[in-house]
Amino acid sequence: MTALFALLRRDIQVALRIGGGALIGVLFFLIVVVLMPFAVGPDLALLKKLGPAILWLGALLASLLTLDRLFAADHDDGSLDLLTMSRTPLELVCLTKAIAHWLVAGLPLIVATPILGLLLNLDGDATLAVALTLLAGTPALTFTGMIGAALAVALRRGGLLLAVLVLPLSIPVLIFGVAASNAAVLEPAGFGAPLSILCALSLAGLVIGPLAAAASLRHGLD
Amino acid sequence: MTLIDLANPTRFLSLTAKILPWLAAATAILLAVGLYQSAMAPDDYQQGATVKIMFIHVPNAWLSMFVWGVMSLSALGTLVWRHPLADVSAKAAAPIGAAFTFLALVTGSLWGRPMWGTYWEWDARLTSVLILFLMYLGLIALWRAVEDPSRAARAAAVLTLVGAINIPIIKFSVDWWNTLHQPASVLRMGGSTLDKAFLIPLLVMAVAFSLLFVTLHLAAMRNEILRRRVRALQMQQASQPRA
Repeated sequence: MTALFALLRRDIQVALRIGGGALIGVLFFLIVVVLMPFAVGPDLALLKKLGPAILWLGALLASLLTLDRLFAADHDDGSLDLLTMSRTPLELVCLTKAIAHWLVAGLPLIVATPILGLLLNLDGDATLAVALTLLAGTPALTFTGMIGAALAVALRRGGLLLAVLVLPLSIPVLIFGVAASNAAVLEPAGFGAPLSILCALSLAGLVIGPLAAAASLRHGLD
Repeated sequence: MTLIDLANPTRFLSLTAKILPWLAAATAILLAVGLYQSAMAPDDYQQGATVKIMFIHVPNAWLSMFVWGVMSLSALGTLVWRHPLADVSAKAAAPIGAAFTFLALVTGSLWGRPMWGTYWEWDARLTSVLILFLMYLGLIALWRAVEDPSRAARAAAVLTLVGAINIPIIKFSVDWWNTLHQPASVLRMGGSTLDKAFLIPLLVMAVAFSLLFVTLHLAAMRNEILRRRVRALQMQQASQPRA
């Protein structure tokens, strides 16, 4: 346990220091959301309708952008080999790294959501709903993305491939995330079901992601 | 003769060389019979002649899922038993499966235009098959991104097994969600709802397409083995100092 906590602390510290690039994701999220009104026109009624979808899409792309940081830096400086050979199970190491990554890359997106919601003319309830669905859904994005990151880390053109591998797997999260956010605005009674499915996707990702990532790291790094 | 005997690629090559002509002939005959029966099948009282698209569309859609199943079994063979032919099988199956999925999407879209009034509808079955197609393409991209075949095989095996989660979602999407696509009508509890005049040609076509897959798959596996041998010989030649 202490080894895992040390790893968690180290990963967060490395991500927050110079060269870590933890907040690049939030910046990218902001830029994507700002781009949307230029594309669809500054029609506030339309933006209000599209708002949850825009926020979800932005969060999805932003979490994709930072995913290759998950293993790539450790692979470059060789510490990933040490982690693979340590006595701590690799699955737990992957889980810890995913949690650390979510804390520095996923959580800031959710914190930024209320401010971006203002830009898109969302009212308080809708913003809260989007933030809540992101809180339930972004762990699933991190866990499924981790599989792609682990596959890509051993390959040379991995970064290019990562998006192609991960995006199809993240479609269900997007569907239920936007469905829950829209339900919160249109018919509050329908909010519970998609939110529960979103939580279920995150929990399933919690089990499958570390297992698959550890398997591909073990096989890919030899 | 067990699966482990086939692990020797040379034995696999000689065995498949013997059975491939027979398989190809059986495929051709069954396809001809199936196509003739499909052409002779009566028109549907509602759909008219467009119902005949079913005889192409449904076997393709079945195979699009079946091929991922074959790849998942091969992936298990790669990861668990390190069977030398399992990764060859997985690699050879991916483009064939992508082709079947693409044909299922195209024929379904052509069938949807006269029946539903639209080429495309974002319902659960169509969307999940489209995701399957994208995953096939991603898998092929992964195969092409890594030079070392055995390392590529293990990476692709992990992705194949993760992607296999999508298969039951496709199969049951028409039961779970209320969709435009009709629910299962051939393989269902309480027997098929399809009339014999349509069911028999459909089953013949399904068997014919399955044989077509086996034939193409074995031929592609042979090509892949030969391609690897050529590559090994070329590398050997390149590493030898010039006399």
